[in-house]
Amino acid sequence: MAGAEGDDSLYPIAVLIDELRNEDVQLRLNSIKKLSTIALALGVERTRTELLPFLTDTIYDEDEVLLALAEQLGSFTVLVGGPEFVHNLLPPLESLATVEETVVRDKAVESLRKISQEHSPVDLEVHFVPLVKRLASGDWFTSRTSACGLFSVCYPRVSSSVKADIRQHFRTLCSDDTPMVRRAAASKLGEFAKVLELDYVKSDIIPLFTALASDEQDSVRLLAVEAGVSIATLLPQEDLEALVMATLRQAAEDKSWRVRYMVADKFSELQKAVGPEITKTDLVPAFQNLLKDCEAEVRAAAANKVKVFCENLPEDSRETIIMTHILPCVKELVSDTNQHVKSALASVIMSLSTILGKDNTVEHLLPLFLVQLKDECPEVRLNIISNLDCVNEVIGIRQLSQSLLPAIVELAEDAKWRVRLAIIEYMPLLAGQLGVEFFDEKLNSLCMAWLIDHVFAIREAATCNLMKLVEKFGAVWAQNTIVPKVLGMANDSNYLHRMTTLFCINALSEVCGQEITTKHMLPVVLKMSTDQVANVRFNVARSLQKIGPVLDSSALQAEVKPVLEKLATDQDMDVKYFALEAISVLALA
Amino acid sequence: MSSASTTPPSVDKVDGFSRKSVRKAKQKRSQSSSQFRSQGKPIELTPLPLLKDVSAQEQPDLFLKKLQQCCALFDFMDTLSDLKMKEYKRSTLNELVDYVTVSRGYLTEQAYPEVVKMVSYNIFRTLPPSDSNEFDPEEDEPTLEASWPHLQLVYEFFIRFLESQEFQPSIAKKYIDQKFVLQLLELFDSEDPRERDYLKTVLHRIYGKFLGLRAFIRKQINNIFLRFVYETEHFSGVAELLEILGSIINGFALPLKAEHKQFLVKVLIPLHTVKSLSLFHAQLAYCIVQFLEKDPALTEPVIRGLLKFWPKTCSQKEVMYLGELEEILDVIEPTQFVKIQEPLFKQISKCVSSPHFQVAERALYYWNNEYIMSLIEENSNVILPIMFTSLYRISKEHWNPAIVALVYNVLKAFMEMNSPLFDELTSTYKSDRQREKKKEKEREELWKRLEDLELKKSLQSDGIIPT
Repeated sequence: MAGAEGDDSLYPIAVLIDELRNEDVQLRLNSIKKLSTIALALGVERTRTELLPFLTDTIYDEDEVLLALAEQLGSFTVLVGGPEFVHNLLPPLESLATVEETVVRDKAVESLRKISQEHSPVDLEVHFVPLVKRLASGDWFTSRTSACGLFSVCYPRVSSSVKADIRQHFRTLCSDDTPMVRRAAASKLGEFAKVLELDYVKSDIIPLFTALASDEQDSVRLLAVEAGVSIATLLPQEDLEALVMATLRQAAEDKSWRVRYMVADKFSELQKAVGPEITKTDLVPAFQNLLKDCEAEVRAAAANKVKVFCENLPEDSRETIIMTHILPCVKELVSDTNQHVKSALASVIMSLSTILGKDNTVEHLLPLFLVQLKDECPEVRLNIISNLDCVNEVIGIRQLSQSLLPAIVELAEDAKWRVRLAIIEYMPLLAGQLGVEFFDEKLNSLCMAWLIDHVFAIREAATCNLMKLVEKFGAVWAQNTIVPKVLGMANDSNYLHRMTTLFCINALSEVCGQEITTKHMLPVVLKMSTDQVANVRFNVARSLQKIGPVLDSSALQAEVKPVLEKLATDQDMDVKYFALEAISVLALA
Repeated sequence: MSSASTTPPSVDKVDGFSRKSVRKAKQKRSQSSSQFRSQGKPIELTPLPLLKDVSAQEQPDLFLKKLQQCCALFDFMDTLSDLKMKEYKRSTLNELVDYVTVSRGYLTEQAYPEVVKMVSYNIFRTLPPSDSNEFDPEEDEPTLEASWPHLQLVYEFFIRFLESQEFQPSIAKKYIDQKFVLQLLELFDSEDPRERDYLKTVLHRIYGKFLGLRAFIRKQINNIFLRFVYETEHFSGVAELLEILGSIINGFALPLKAEHKQFLVKVLIPLHTVKSLSLFHAQLAYCIVQFLEKDPALTEPVIRGLLKFWPKTCSQKEVMYLGELEEILDVIEPTQFVKIQEPLFKQISKCVSSPHFQVAERALYYWNNEYIMSLIEENSNVILPIMFTSLYRISKEHWNPAIVALVYNVLKAFMEMNSPLFDELTSTYKSDRQREKKKEKEREELWKRLEDLELKKSLQSDGIIPT
């Protein structure tokens, strides 16, 4: 198939096709990735008659190459001559849809779905549907699994007799012998239901759903849950109870925790799908059970949904339902034995206050927040603190400040530096909510203590935190409260602390403005240029470079320039390097 | 840079990065099945007389009553509840174990459903979620089953029952059916190695005694493995199931059925791709070799399969593959060897030149194997040219002196084997390398030209250059 017509531009193509047979996988892969170029050069005619048959016949290759091929073929329609000829792409994709490797197969199915849209209704019936049927009745499970994903894309555009045939094939796959196939069918059941006529949803899909939802394998049953949610959205309200609710109720009480977990995980979608009445009669008790489940995984998944579930309750009875049914369970979860459950709850519990209003929050929720703020697990406390803004809107943060403070202090001193890091990140937010007075009184010292933490990441975050605080409270506040302390550290005996001064100055100079920088910070930086530790000296050079733009030119020329020039002659090569860099950036040469 | 003037900052004593081994010391995790939904009520069992204290006629009836009592389940996560009754059930189970071991004539037809019911009630349960998401079976302690004091005796009892001389499969098959086996197989995912060990024996006995269930058991194991390989990569009992399969394969009749060959190629070979291969590799390799000893004609597809899935980045797995290949080569027939020697030695040549010295070393050990050496010698005309370039290059370039020494030995062996060919390869080594380099250059050129072409084409299609 070499370009024998003497067309010089085809020569590389011939070699590329040879490369498709090369021993080295990487070379084959490169070649496959250029497949569109090859096709482009060959032209549509030869791509159809030569390249595609070649690919279909001779490619038995490593999965990596097959994956690239499957992907390429999905956007090949133009290269074979447009929609009219798109069915030429089916044979190679059909064999790719049967290989063992899941990734390759999924990609082939994805490409098939894509090009199905480019088929005319006639071509769909003549070429595409037969392929789906062949796959659906393949020997090995792989082709049958692949088939499951193709029903929904061809169903809407074929004649009613073909539709009946397609439904029949899907039914067969739902009761396949191999659990892998049943799983694939269960996971596509919702999607297939969406394209079916409502009558067939009732007559065909519902029995399949019921059967899959009571499959002997929990891995099949749990996939049916998701399908159940999709199906419920399709049915008119009056049919829900008769057709799906029994099955869904049973799923919520399944003996396998995986299925119950799935129900908990899909609870918000389910709630939307079944509407307010069924929510009141069925979902509320089911949700209570999930919150009390014996498996922590299930409780955590349900706890995560508390907020959304409550938000979406019908307005007329929302408060009553929450107060009488949900809140008692929530109260129990606050002292759950599992920290993931508590932590999931802590991340949503605060937002209940917006739903319940001021009085209920003070009376019922506040005690729970306080308990969680004292939880032994730092993640729980953090989750509460990170959601303070919800409470702030309803009752103001003052109510909590008494308990908040010890919790913050404890987190600030937690033995795990990641916990300390997390609380630092909430400081600016907290400062904004608590106000400058409270902050100065209670939190300021913490913020300064972090500057001398023995973990660099904490010192760095603390520096950044100061900058954000200054943005909130202003330069005057900075000058009075933090700048003196920061500058004081310049005389510390620990060189790491002295460096922290420099890092703080880097961060603060811009927000503090020219006056403070020139009057207070610059002298300190310049003084440190004679530090005995080279690391400090070269950081002086870097700081000068950083704060240079804030200074006026007289300060630069008179004070900064001589110091940098001196540093540029330092013994240490790093000091020299950064000094020269600063000189050139500040254009002082 | 420069020295610090002060002492380094003190080390975080309880930092987030505590070592796993340190952490592990305090966690002795145990877990109960997912079946207890706070029952609340204490369980009351009325104590029954000992079996040996009643007359022989009364024994079968009492046996049934005791079986029924043992269906009561206790929550072992609550270490304080029902202490007396837990102890009573334990001693009853012990008594039942002894009873089925020594007594004669106890197995009435009515006993079968009761035994199966008692066993089912106790062992079949939804396994709890694994405690940590990234459970690493090599590093972490397994979670132990909390109810083991009872569970162990139930398993013990069931095995004695299956092994009893009075046991009649023809009656039992009404109760030990496909559904029973399916649930049994699911339990192999238990994290508790003690339980999996008992399950192995149970399944083995059932496979041995119930001919009607054999095909079904094999098919379900198939499904478990396929799910493990292609869907979850998690299943605790793979090694145990493979161990059972090892002896099942041993018993296959010749010629092998297509079903068995398919199992080898489509299930056992892909099992090599799983991340946690090290946990069951020994058992897997044993199964593979069993197959090849049954039918040597399977050698070619097996070796080609291994070559197809050869690890690209995991050196540890590469060493395992090399070990398995050696086991296969140990039993290979010379006629089979000839069929796969080329692709095989191309891979070995790559391994020999691996920068990871354990991989290189493992491959070079092949030359210490007398049988493999004899095969290489017989086919040195083919193998030497494949291996030569790598060996010659490593002898000059490898960073590890031990590898270089091994390579010298191999080169020496080749020289003794086929000195004319060896001399020829040595003399053409340089020109061959040059030719390779030239080819490499041509390829680069080609890609460049292709890029130009592509550029031109896309410009054309954008209408920038008129066609």
